[in-house]
Amino acid sequence: MTDTITVPLTDVRVARAVELVWREAELLDRKDYLVWQELYTDDARYIVPIDPDTEDFPGTLNMIYDDARMRAMRVTRMTEGYAIAAVDAARTVRTVSRFVPETVTDTEVVLRSAQVLIAYKRGRHDIWAADVRHRVRLSDSGDRIAEKVVRLVDSEDAVPAAGFLL
Amino acid sequence: MTENIFADAPADLVLADRVAGRLYTDPEIFEQEMTRIFERTWVWVAHESELPGPGTFKSTYVGRQPVIVSRDRKGALHTLLNRCRHRGASLCEKPRGKANGFTCPYHAWSYGLDGTLRGIPYPDGYEGVADKKDLSLRKLRTESYGGMVFATFDEGIEPLADFLGDAKLWLDRFMKQGGGYPIKVLGKHQFRFRGNWKIQLENTTDGYHFPIVHRSWMASVDAETADMMSFMTDPAAITHALGNGHSVMQMVPEHSDLDADDGSEPLQARFDHVVAELSKTLDDAAVRKLVRAMHGTGFNLNLFPNVSMSAAFFRVLRPISVDETLIEHIAIGPDGPPELDVVNRERLRIHEHFQGPFGFGTPDDAEGWDRVQRGAQAAPDMPILVNRGLGREKDDEHGWPTAHVTDETGMRAAYRMWKQMMSDD
Repeated sequence: MTDTITVPLTDVRVARAVELVWREAELLDRKDYLVWQELYTDDARYIVPIDPDTEDFPGTLNMIYDDARMRAMRVTRMTEGYAIAAVDAARTVRTVSRFVPETVTDTEVVLRSAQVLIAYKRGRHDIWAADVRHRVRLSDSGDRIAEKVVRLVDSEDAVPAAGFLL
Repeated sequence: MTENIFADAPADLVLADRVAGRLYTDPEIFEQEMTRIFERTWVWVAHESELPGPGTFKSTYVGRQPVIVSRDRKGALHTLLNRCRHRGASLCEKPRGKANGFTCPYHAWSYGLDGTLRGIPYPDGYEGVADKKDLSLRKLRTESYGGMVFATFDEGIEPLADFLGDAKLWLDRFMKQGGGYPIKVLGKHQFRFRGNWKIQLENTTDGYHFPIVHRSWMASVDAETADMMSFMTDPAAITHALGNGHSVMQMVPEHSDLDADDGSEPLQARFDHVVAELSKTLDDAAVRKLVRAMHGTGFNLNLFPNVSMSAAFFRVLRPISVDETLIEHIAIGPDGPPELDVVNRERLRIHEHFQGPFGFGTPDDAEGWDRVQRGAQAAPDMPILVNRGLGREKDDEHGWPTAHVTDETGMRAAYRMWKQMMSDD
C-alpha cells in the first residue's frame, strides 16, 4: 500500500480510477443505467448514507444501500417506464472533482472526490452536493467499482424525493 | 359551495363528497389552518424511544413553530417552544441529543430540562424589572399514549386519550409488530415535496393509488409480498372512519391483529435467514411472531392531523407553506436484545426499499402529490373528488363508517374534522 500523499494524480493507477469515476458521472447524467450497472463488481455496494459519520452501513438506515440484486432492480425501475418519478425525472448535470487518492495499490484505488450535481425540473434547479468515495478494483479485464459511498452535505436534512441517481 | 367559491368561508369549501381545489392553493386558508388546527389540537411530536433517558431531547415542530421535546430527571416529558424568553433566539439547533438543560448562545440565559429559567448572567440589570419565575420557556401540554407523544398549544383541550378515542385500539394493535418487545425508532428518512399538506394526509388512507403509482415497487418485490398487497379486489380489505378525523385502512386484514394467528400462514421464504439466526436463541413461537411482523401490521392508521402509523413505520407531515410540505418516514423495530439485530437490519432494508427519497415508492408518491398541487392551480373553484365508495359506505357494528379499502372513507373523515375545526370560533 502506498501513502496517499506520495501518490500523484498522474499515477497511472489513479488516472484509471479518475477516468472510471468521470465515465460513471456521464452515464448517470445521460440516465444510461443499463451500461452504468456494468461498471460495478458483483460484490459491490452502492450506498447513500444518512448518518454522515457512519461506516456501519448495514446496521443503520441509509437512503440507498444496494447490493447487486437491489442495483439490478433499481435499474429495471429506472428504465421500465412504470415509475412515474423516473419517467419524469429531473435532468442532471454533475461535476466530480477535487480528487484525493486515499489508498493506491496495483489492484485497488480508493478515491475521494467532491460531487456537485444540479438537477433541473419544472422551472426549478436543485443543488445536490456530496463527498464521494469510490473503491475501484483495477484489472486487466476492465476496471470496476467495488464500492461507492455518496455522503450528501444535507444527508440528515430533508432532500427532495428523486427520480435519478447520485 | 357557491358559484363564487372565493366568497365562501373555508368551512363551506368542504362538502361530504368533494372539497374545493382552493384548499390546496390559498395562502389565507393555510394561515387559518396553522392557528385553528395545528395550534388547537394534539400534534404528534415524538416516539418515547427517541427520549430514552433523563436529559435526552429532540427538536421538532408543532405546526410551523419550533419546539424541543425533552425528558427531565424524573422521567417527565416536556414540549418547550425553542425560543429564548430574552430576545427570541433558538436555544437548540441539534436534532437530538442529551443535555443538562438549554443555554441560549446569545446572552447565556439558561433553562432546565422542564423549561424553568435557571440563570441570567449579570443579573443586577434585571433587579426590579424581571422575575425569573415569570420567564420559563413556553411549555405546551404534552401527553403520550402507547409510546406516541403528542403536544398541544390548547391548555383546555380534551385529554389525548379522549382525542384518540377508537383509534386507541388500532394504536395498540400497531405496536404488536414488536413481536412481544417494545417498539423503538431505528432511523428516519426526510424529504420535501412542493404541495399542500392535505395531499399527503389523504395519501395514507388512499388504497386506490397503490397498484398504479407503486407498480414499479410491486414488480421489484417477491411474489409473496406482492400477493400480500393485492388488496384491490379483496372484499375483506376495508377502511373505517374512527372519529375525530382518524381512520384505519386495512390492506392486509389477516395481519390487522398480529396476535390472531392460527399458524396456517407460512412464513415468507425471503426471511429464511432471519428465522435461522433467531432460532439459535428463541423458540419457534417467538421467532414466528417477529418474522410475521416483518412488514409491520397490515393497516395504515391515519391520525388527524399529522401522523400516520403505516405498515412498519410512522409517517409524519409538517406543513411548511401552502405549497410545501416536509415528510418524515420513521423506521421502527423491536427494542430487544442484540439477537434481534438480524430482524432490525432486515426491517431497515425493507424501509430503504420503499420509503426513502431514493426508495422504490416514495419518489413516485411525491411525483403524484406534486402533480396534484400543479393541477389544482387550474380552476381552483373546481372540486377535488372524495366520493369514491360513498354509495357503499355503511356503519359497522362499532358504528364506524366503513367501506372498501380503495374507497375515500378516510379522506372524508379527515375533511369532516377539518371542516369542524375550521368553523369553530
